Amino acid sequence: MSFFKKSPWLLHYDASSCNGCDIEVLACLTPVYDVERFGIVNTGNPKHADILVITGSVNEPTREVILNLYNQMPHPKVVVAVGVCAATGGIFRDTYNVLGGVDTVLPVDVYVPGCAARPEAIIDGVVKALGILETKAAALKAGAAEPAAVEGSK
Amino acid sequence: MGARTIIPFGPQHPVLPEPIHLDLVLEDEKVVEAIPSIGFIHRGLERLAEKKDIHEMAYVSERICGICSFTHGMGYCTAIEAVMKIDVPERGHYLRMIWSEMSRIHSHLLWAGLLADGFGFENLFMQSWRLRERILDLIEETTGGRVIFGSCKIGGSRRDIADDVMARLLKELASLEKDCHAITDTFMEDSTVAKRTRGVGVIAPDDAIALGAVGPMLRASGVASDSRSLGYALYPELSFAPIVEKDGDCWARTAVRVREIYQSFDLIRQCAAKMKPGPVDVKVSGNPSGEYWARLEQPRGEVIYYVKGNGTKNLERYRVRTPTFANVPPLVHMLKNIDLADVPVIVLTIDPCISCTER
Amino acid sequence: MMIENQPLETVEPAKIAEYAAAKRAGGWRLVQISCTSLADAFELTYSFDKDYALQNARVIQPREGAPLPSITASYLAGFTYENELQDLFGVRLSGLALDFKGQFYRLRAKTPMSEPHVTTKPAAKPAANPTPGN
Repeated sequence: MSFFKKSPWLLHYDASSCNGCDIEVLACLTPVYDVERFGIVNTGNPKHADILVITGSVNEPTREVILNLYNQMPHPKVVVAVGVCAATGGIFRDTYNVLGGVDTVLPVDVYVPGCAARPEAIIDGVVKALGILETKAAALKAGAAEPAAVEGSK
Repeated sequence: MGARTIIPFGPQHPVLPEPIHLDLVLEDEKVVEAIPSIGFIHRGLERLAEKKDIHEMAYVSERICGICSFTHGMGYCTAIEAVMKIDVPERGHYLRMIWSEMSRIHSHLLWAGLLADGFGFENLFMQSWRLRERILDLIEETTGGRVIFGSCKIGGSRRDIADDVMARLLKELASLEKDCHAITDTFMEDSTVAKRTRGVGVIAPDDAIALGAVGPMLRASGVASDSRSLGYALYPELSFAPIVEKDGDCWARTAVRVREIYQSFDLIRQCAAKMKPGPVDVKVSGNPSGEYWARLEQPRGEVIYYVKGNGTKNLERYRVRTPTFANVPPLVHMLKNIDLADVPVIVLTIDPCISCTER
Repeated sequence: MMIENQPLETVEPAKIAEYAAAKRAGGWRLVQISCTSLADAFELTYSFDKDYALQNARVIQPREGAPLPSITASYLAGFTYENELQDLFGVRLSGLALDFKGQFYRLRAKTPMSEPHVTTKPAAKPAANPTPGN
């Protein structure tokens, strides 16, 4: 299991999910699953966050919100796409207002499968993200340049 | 009088797991107007009816919203069954009612936790969600899913509950019901909860009707209206009366939902007692031709599924009017002349579900 | 299983505001407004409820011609449905009490529901009984 010295904070945003994955993400933070035992705290402020958890496929209005949130997060940062909709667009792929998975907008580090994704799978995904976060942090420390902000191209 | 300030509320906000945007127009600390703007979760799934056939649409329908998922599937199937004149076997109906009442308990406990979080009672939030996990375990044991069940299909139920599982389920539900009192007593009797909810966001009965409120919103204002009284599925076989409170404030809405949790426990027991062994589904062939408006009671209120078939395997039109959509005008009404600090509590007491509002 | 009796009456587009006002005076609750795109018109259904009885009013609004009168004078709550008609279908309305002017939904394409659904094959025979249960 990956280990991260500092306590990583998590920001959750619902891109256009059916709520199924959202409540499972929230369930991870409550008793029974309790990701706080890994030192993970849910925050509402992107400037405090290290991990961006996105549920649901990306549609037109949320595209800009996601970019906005992502660009406000300090480096190092990782993106976890939770559920099939966040991965590919899922069952809503063919609808007129959906652009597709989260990777149409942002670089995604971890994909969590499931419809709805199970809390166990979400926790596995977040723990995997911690390892990537650590690698990114080490690279920054060694003098690597901060990746540029992701621009939205219309 | 102070100058007017506009505070944007959402789309990304800590009290909202889902995005909705409100422009709150303030004079000092008072909200004088709230202007909603929706569409962050709009996917356009009604139009999927032209790409997916009627049986596949049952899955799409369940994914309108992950909280009321079962009722969404059941409502869609009820509408198609009414058009195609399919007679679902009794046991199929009882199973559907058991699952829809179980999802009502899960939804109300989830909502109770979010409300507690909204007014800063972290412990109550965690306790509500701890109890909710137990009902999810039972749902998972009987359907295989935690939030999306997939157990409802056109013509009946995809799964049956074996007798020994049912016995265990009833035993666990009885123990859960007893444990629920610990949190619901806090909601009903705690003075800090009352301070944040009593007299806040009051809606008069006439206003509630005029503004089109549904579900616990309407019943908390003293109007006895519950679509389960319409008699879909086999609700007429059960002893059931809508739960009504009279104050119309946030506390009354909390009280309606708290009492509905216990009502649902009772309805599940009644179903289990009346269920007889038998088939759970019938074979379905052919395509729907005609139209029907199926009305069901979700945890959030009355929901309408309109289907219009033209004899092909794709529907000509599938439309869902969800309870939160109907509760947007009452919400806008309540958000006038209140303190800014009360906004989260008022928004939460309509039990917002944005993904079903916008589909 | 009970199948609800759902009477359906046809109302002229120009008369819908008066019809709604009469329903409001009679103590009916607005349940929903739905719309189906037809090739040359919009098929709208206004549903009202009183004591668990459903009454539907059908309006065929041509794509061209006079805008549809809003019912928000009688039922303010209708603004959500009517803005939806405007944004998703492109139905033109007059007298809307709260007009978002196409900004109620945020959409990739304008009026995405305006075109009729393409179904797999044309109906073998038209629906004989449009309201089952009658």
